[in-house]
Amino acid sequence: MFQLSPELLRIHVYEAELRDPRAGAYVSFEGWVRNHQHGRPVLRLEYEAYADLALKEGGRILEEARERFRLYNAACVHRTGALAIGDAAVWVGAVSAHRDAAFDACRYIIDEVKVRVPIWKKEYYEDGYSGWVNCENCAAHAKDK
Amino acid sequence: MKTVQVQYYAVLREQRGAGSDELNTEADSLRALYDELRARYGFSLDADRLRVAVNSEFRDWAAPLNDGDTVVFIPPVAGG
Repeated sequence: MFQLSPELLRIHVYEAELRDPRAGAYVSFEGWVRNHQHGRPVLRLEYEAYADLALKEGGRILEEARERFRLYNAACVHRTGALAIGDAAVWVGAVSAHRDAAFDACRYIIDEVKVRVPIWKKEYYEDGYSGWVNCENCAAHAKDK
Repeated sequence: MKTVQVQYYAVLREQRGAGSDELNTEADSLRALYDELRARYGFSLDADRLRVAVNSEFRDWAAPLNDGDTVVFIPPVAGG
């Protein structure tokens, strides 16, 4: 299941929900908030989601992963709101009998989520500026209020 | 003339200065509606860099605009 979370990710809870007695492999990915972007110090960031469509599109990606790979289960949870350096921004988990399917599915899910799900990231830099990632030419130099 | 709802996110929300609008428009396509709003609010992004959704599903830019639609223009995404 694809979810959005306005609070800290509870990864041990999501992991527990994926458990399956048939499974021999669990592969997960966590995306963390790093303190730099293109060499520029980052202090914090915010994620904003178009929730209705994000949940639908995220759900479709998980369905595709189930069709493409021999999975028993897969899930993804993405943060919204204000995040600090080191916080988990996204978690993906994939469970299968053998490791190949779980590795491949985990990679597929995170790659698709990053380019298809309507979630936006705003970075706040040490120099006082802020900007929406991938919209550099529209807002990167808007002064942080 | 039709009445539509528009929701704004991320950079478009900031440039609009609001999260949503209800507006009357003569625009007959999603592209025409965006161009109308871009002219009004000075959105920096060209439509070619956006996707568009109607009633919570992705749509083609050439799709017709219908009375009562809820439209969302989707700037380049950056999840993960």
